Amino acid sequence: MAAATTLAWTGAARADAATRFEAQAATREAPWVKWLILGISLAFFAVFLLLPLVAVFVEALRKGWETYWSALAHDDALSAIGLTLTAAAIAVPLNLVFGVAAAWAIAKFEFRGKHFLITLIDLPFSVSPVIAGLIYVLIFGAQGWLGPWLAEHDIRIIFAVPGIVLATVFVTFPFVARELIPLMQAQGREEEEAALVLGASGWQTFRHVTLPNIKWGLLYGVILCNARAMGEFGAVSVVSGHIRGQTNTLPLHVEILYNEYQFAAAFAVASLLALLALVTLTVKTWVEHRAGSGTPSSKAQQDAAS
Amino acid sequence: MSASRTFRVLPGFRLTLGYTLAYLSLIVLLPLGAVFLKTATLSLAEFWTVVSAPRVVATYKLSFGMSLAAAAINAVFGLMLAWALVRYAFPGKHLIDALIDLPFALPTAVAGIALTALYAKNGWLGQYLEPQGIQVAFRPLGVLIALVFIGLPFVVRTVQPILEDLDTELEEAAASLGAHRWQTFRHVILPVLLPALLTGFALAFARAVGEYGSVIFIAGNIPMVSEITPLMIITKLEQYDYTGATAIAVVMLVVSFALLLLINSLQAWTASSGKTGTGRDR
Repeated sequence: MAAATTLAWTGAARADAATRFEAQAATREAPWVKWLILGISLAFFAVFLLLPLVAVFVEALRKGWETYWSALAHDDALSAIGLTLTAAAIAVPLNLVFGVAAAWAIAKFEFRGKHFLITLIDLPFSVSPVIAGLIYVLIFGAQGWLGPWLAEHDIRIIFAVPGIVLATVFVTFPFVARELIPLMQAQGREEEEAALVLGASGWQTFRHVTLPNIKWGLLYGVILCNARAMGEFGAVSVVSGHIRGQTNTLPLHVEILYNEYQFAAAFAVASLLALLALVTLTVKTWVEHRAGSGTPSSKAQQDAAS
Repeated sequence: MSASRTFRVLPGFRLTLGYTLAYLSLIVLLPLGAVFLKTATLSLAEFWTVVSAPRVVATYKLSFGMSLAAAAINAVFGLMLAWALVRYAFPGKHLIDALIDLPFALPTAVAGIALTALYAKNGWLGQYLEPQGIQVAFRPLGVLIALVFIGLPFVVRTVQPILEDLDTELEEAAASLGAHRWQTFRHVILPVLLPALLTGFALAFARAVGEYGSVIFIAGNIPMVSEITPLMIITKLEQYDYTGATAIAVVMLVVSFALLLLINSLQAWTASSGKTGTGRDR
C-alpha cells in the first residue's frame, strides 16, 4: 500500500533523465507536444495542489495578524497543540521501536510466512481512518467488551487521551517498518556477520554497523510517521469525543472552529499544520538528497526502492 | 539462505520477531478482529438490512463511483506530471517535485477546509463556476475534487521511478524502425509503464474509498446526495448504533482487503516487468 510513500533514492538519477531524453530527436517530442504536456500538467498541479495550500495561508491572514495570533494563543488552541504533541511523542517512538524490530527480524532472517507478515504490517494503510477509530470504540467504549470493566475501575480510554494515542499509533503503525524493511533487505547481513565474528556484541553490532547504514531511511520513516501522527483526523475524531481543552487535537480544533463559522481562526490553526507539512516536505527532500548523493550504500538503497 | 535456518549468526531473531508479532496482534489484529466478532452478533438478515438500506447504498455508489473517477483522472494527469518531471527541464522543477507529496503531508482536515474555501459558492473558484451552473461544494463533484487531491501523488510516485529507469535505446530503436513519436509511446513506452500505472491507480482508488477528513467539509454530507460511506459509519456511531456502524465497516474492510491483495499482485508485476523490460543496470 505504501509504495508511493517510500523513499525513492533516486536523487542522482533524476537530474540526468531530462538531458538524456532531450538530447536527440528520436527520444524527444515535437516542441508543441512538449509545451502542451508541460502546460496541462503544470496547470493541473497549480489548481489541485498549489492553490489549496495558498488558500490556507491567505484565508488565515484575511483578518490580519492580530486575529491570527489571538486564534493561536487561545487556551483551547494551546491545549490542542499540547495534546497533538503528546500523541505524536508517544506514537512515534512506539512505532519506531516496532519498525526497527520488525525490519531486523524480516530482513536479517529467513522464516515461513514472511510475505504474509509484511502484508499484515501494511494493513493499517488500507483501512479507512474511521474504521481505525471504530475498532477501539468496540473494545474500550461504554458498550464495548472491556467497557463495563473499565467503568468499574474508573479508567477512561475512549473520549480521553489514551484512545487518541491508540488511534494515532494504529494509523501510523507501518511508516517506519515499511521504510526499513526493503532498505535492510537490500543491505544483506554480511556487515553484521563480520562485526560479530570480530567479537562485537549484538547491541554493538546494531549500534555501530546497522544504525549508520539505515539512519537516512530511519529518519525518513520517522518524519512521515510524525506528520501523519500530528495530522490525523478521521481516526482521532471517532475516539475523541471533541471535549474542548481536554480531548481536542489540532486537526479536531480546526474542525470545531470551522463548524462554528470562525473561519479566520480555523485557517489560522490550519496554517500551523500546513507549516508542519511544508517542514516535513523540506526535511524529506533534504534526506532524499543526502541519501542519494555518493554514500557507498546509496546504490543498494536505490535498488531497494525499485 | 537455507543454511541460516539451522545456524543463525546474528542474534535477536526470537526477540525481534516475538516483539513484532505481539505488537502487531495487540495494536492491529485483535482490534480488527473485534469488528468481525461484533458483526457475528447480527443475523445474516439483520446484517443485510443494515448494509442494503437505500441511504447506505447511495453512499457506496458515491464513494466507489467518485473514487474510481478520481483514480482515473489521476492516472491521466499523474502520468503527464510524472512525464514532465522526468523528461523535461524547466524552472522550479525541483520545488514542484517536492510539492507533489503535499497530500501525504498535509493533514486531511486542512485540505478539506482549504478546498471548501476554493469551491464554495462564494469561494475563490466557486464564484466563477457557480454562474456557469457548475456547483462543486455540497455536490458529488466536490467529493471528486477532494479525492483527486488526495490520490494524485500515488500515481506520480509509482510511475516516476519507472520512467526514470527507461532506456533511451528502446525509443531510438523504435524511431529508427520508422515509428512516430506517438506510436513509440503507445506501443513501446506505455506497455512498460502499464503495471506501475495500474498500481498507482489502485493505490489512489484504495485511499479514496476510505478517505474522510478532506471530503466531509466540501461534501456538505447531504443524505442520498453527497454522503460518503465512512461518514455513514460515524453517523451510526453518533446514534449509538454500534452494530450498524460495524456492519458497514465490515463491508468496507472486505473491499479494502480485496484491494490490498490486488495491489500486492500488481506491485509484484511492476517489479518483474521493471526488471525484464527496462533497466539501465542490465
